[in-house]
Amino acid sequence: MVPLSHYLILSAVLFAIGMFGALTRRNAIGILMALELMFNAVNLNFVAFSRYLPSTMLQGQIFAIFVITIAAAEAAVGLAIVLGLYRNFKTINVDEINLMKW
Amino acid sequence: MLLSYLPILILVLLAAGFALATLFLSSALGPRRPSKDKLSTYECGIDPVGSARERFSVKFYLVAMLFIIFDIEIVFLYPWAVILNSLGLFGLVEMFFFLGILLIGLLYVWKKGGLEWTT
Amino acid sequence: MTQAFNMADLSTALPEVVLSLVAMVILMLDFIVPKGRRDWLGYLSVLGVLLTLMVLCRQWGATQSAFSGQYLIDPFALFFKILFLASGGLIILMSIGYLRGEGADSGEFYALILFATLGMMLMASAVDLLILYIGLETMSICIYVLAGFLKRERRSNEAALKYLLMGGFSSAIILYGIVMLYGLTGATGLKEIASTLTADTLSNPALILAMVMLAAGFGFKIAAVPFHMYIPDVYEGAPTPITALLAAASEIAGLVILLRVFLVAIPGLQDRWALLFYVLSLLTMTVGNVVAIAQSNIKRMLAYSSIAHIGYLLIGVVAGRELGISATLLYTVVYALMTLGAFAMVILLCVGEVKGERIDDFAGLAQRSPMAAAAMLILLLSLAGVPPTAGFVGKLYLFGAAIERGYILLALIAVVNSAISLFYYMKVAVAMYMRDLPPAGLALSPSRPLRVVLFVTVVGTLAIGIYPGPFLDLAKSSIAGLW
Repeated sequence: MVPLSHYLILSAVLFAIGMFGALTRRNAIGILMALELMFNAVNLNFVAFSRYLPSTMLQGQIFAIFVITIAAAEAAVGLAIVLGLYRNFKTINVDEINLMKW
Repeated sequence: MLLSYLPILILVLLAAGFALATLFLSSALGPRRPSKDKLSTYECGIDPVGSARERFSVKFYLVAMLFIIFDIEIVFLYPWAVILNSLGLFGLVEMFFFLGILLIGLLYVWKKGGLEWTT
Repeated sequence: MTQAFNMADLSTALPEVVLSLVAMVILMLDFIVPKGRRDWLGYLSVLGVLLTLMVLCRQWGATQSAFSGQYLIDPFALFFKILFLASGGLIILMSIGYLRGEGADSGEFYALILFATLGMMLMASAVDLLILYIGLETMSICIYVLAGFLKRERRSNEAALKYLLMGGFSSAIILYGIVMLYGLTGATGLKEIASTLTADTLSNPALILAMVMLAAGFGFKIAAVPFHMYIPDVYEGAPTPITALLAAASEIAGLVILLRVFLVAIPGLQDRWALLFYVLSLLTMTVGNVVAIAQSNIKRMLAYSSIAHIGYLLIGVVAGRELGISATLLYTVVYALMTLGAFAMVILLCVGEVKGERIDDFAGLAQRSPMAAAAMLILLLSLAGVPPTAGFVGKLYLFGAAIERGYILLALIAVVNSAISLFYYMKVAVAMYMRDLPPAGLALSPSRPLRVVLFVTVVGTLAIGIYPGPFLDLAKSSIAGLW
């Protein structure tokens, strides 16, 4: 059986990749994808903990289902916002979307 | 314990080996006489028109977004279905409330014209 | 834990059920009511909020847990639910005239505000990380859409995108903290987490990681420095009522879950997280106040001022115990009232081409409308913390709690910060009273609902300032069963 630590390491690596992507990507869709990666890293952790921890009920798996649903809703809203933005700006490069600066 | 997975490993190796062998044999033994028609994109025998790399209409995105939302909500039906017996009538009614809320969402999309392909 | 939920559980969540039904009805009525007459949907939404408040008040003083211990009604939750509903109602009232001016009146806007309020109410009652997360996202996703509601306005688009990306990022960080807590304790209920953590596990580095991640994630949601960089842009670009919603309600909702998680789930680490919030509070109020001085756009200035106020609120969290937390509760009410009033003033000045967003737009307001100028002066004095306004009373209790618990340096810096803030608030007052009216100034014609909002916020600010006793008692009794 694969030990729990492998899942945790995989999840931590995925989370770190997602965070790196979210911070360095210039394309708004790319950032949304990186965010999805972070959410899924967390899901992996939830499911792994739920399987390995003694005496836990299914909270981890249920939590993962809710996270998937909410992430989908967020992605849908995100795509809609990016579409609306593209109509006005003709770009989705976040560096060029800078009307406001202090 | 790992030993019990041995048959699966053998099956995977056999399947991969057969696929690779077929690919290799057909490219090694088969004749090769390329022509302009043979190399063009296959579109049910009709001459291909335009480039395959086109921009898609934004409507596809709308449909995809709606699909994601309604598709994912179905996930909640699975755990509910497993324990339906112990939930009793109240659980059944609750799920219909949930589906009713989704229905209101669908009605909203419909009325807003989100399901219209041509405007 | 395994028994199914039942009617009794549902009745504890009756206010939320009522509110969501109202929101769905508004959404559907949007198709029936023709464009141009959708003001009525706004008034109907306010009625729905009042109805929810009435249902909610039947839970006065009750403490009851429901849905397998995931959901709790207690005085603490009730206090914030009333605050969120009241803010939501006032925000709907101020958007009625605003939307008409922008030519964007629609039922969706009101429905989304109601759904966002619903999310905040869930957050107030959540004693399980799952419910807490669902409430947080219900609120956030609605506000992403609302921030970008003016689809043709480029700044609104930009605000929505920035808020969405930062919101998603912070949610992911909060989730990682939650999953670490779950992994360490095997529980998602806040009380269970606290009871599972023993002396050995308290020093586990993974727990510290979870704590830091949660603090950082909540820091994004409540706009604490150094997680604040997107806030001014979002505040400036979003429609003004939504800016008010973000400042007065959404940040307080973030503070509520922060209080619940840190006080109930990991009280054993109090000496560590108190230090963390000490630094955050210090940075937040100082950066907020200093950067606010340089602003010429009033929405941006108020954004930095709200950041500074979050810094003050965190003082109460650092001080802790009954004294600090009750002072924080009192200040959330004060802060919500004066922030809502200030943004209502920005909407009031939105006449014709003038957006009311520059501080110059306030020039000569005392000649245009002495009443409006006086109202704004009271709100500004309260924001700066000058007696006899609510801002002074709130700060008095907050700083007093900090001194009582030995955080003298923090209290001193907070006082210095208040003095700095007086400077930029008075810049607006000087513009109103000392400068001449620009020749192009049109007459102000505030809509009736906007007058109601201004009246409520100004009177509320004065009432708490002059007679704070009952409000303080309420705050004190609301935290009785929190621990």
